[in-house]
Amino acid sequence: MTCTEFLALLDDLIDDSVTAEARAELQAHLRGCEHCEVTLSTTRKTIEIYRSHEIYEMPAGLRDRLHTAIMERCKKGC
Amino acid sequence: MSTIQPLTAEFEPHPDVALVERVRQGDVSAYDTLVRKYERQVFRIAQHITQNREDAEDVMQDAFLKAYEKLDQFQGNSKFYTWLVRIAVNESLMRLRKRRTGKMVSIDEDIETEEGSVPRDLADWAPDPEQNFSQAELAEILRKTIQGLPPGFKVVFELRDVQGLSTEDTAEALGLSVPAVKSRLLRARLQLRERLSRYFRRKKGVRETGIEK
Repeated sequence: MTCTEFLALLDDLIDDSVTAEARAELQAHLRGCEHCEVTLSTTRKTIEIYRSHEIYEMPAGLRDRLHTAIMERCKKGC
Repeated sequence: MSTIQPLTAEFEPHPDVALVERVRQGDVSAYDTLVRKYERQVFRIAQHITQNREDAEDVMQDAFLKAYEKLDQFQGNSKFYTWLVRIAVNESLMRLRKRRTGKMVSIDEDIETEEGSVPRDLADWAPDPEQNFSQAELAEILRKTIQGLPPGFKVVFELRDVQGLSTEDTAEALGLSVPAVKSRLLRARLQLRERLSRYFRRKKGVRETGIEK
């Protein structure tokens, strides 16, 4: 397996949607290729960091504003 | 003689279906439940596309109002959230077009870029690299890093990786094909990884295998 072939299956590997056979080939490639090993671990870390950090906090009061707007709309007929 | 029970588990309706039904029957509090469930996600999508806090606030409000008004058009064969995302994305794009008069903005535009398609920064990262930054610094790094991506890439990454939607639901919500979602996701992941490497790579010494620019 070449690095290009590995990269083509990177997402499937991360999303755990590869066949057992493909997984064995990917793992064999990883054992001999430090670059792909780093690419895999740092891509996983990238996803994990974005998943565990709220980068856009919702402003306080926005929900109340929305609730009021919906109730207003409702008065005109739900 | 016992009767054979049908396997209902697989066909259990999504909990949103019951909420939508209650709203249709005039129960506004059921809509509040839907709002509370999805407001943060919708707000983040609007932020990714508009890149402006005020616009994102307006988009969130408009999207939920529009969804409320159009609830009769909602077909039970798609999920409520994917339907809502579609409305939010359209509202965001409309807002953006108003702001940048004349400039077309689209989510299905495929940006041909070499960036990230071949990993260049091959240096390993420090263990738990986020520990080297304060929460505020880290949030700023994550925002700055994702802001540089094309809108379609950002939203695909947000829906698939941050919010955990399936590829199929993401495709439906964005009106893209499944292969298009997959291709954008791979490039979004690799570009983000590449850009974050600038901050997170192991400092001098341990492993310097990357190509220095």
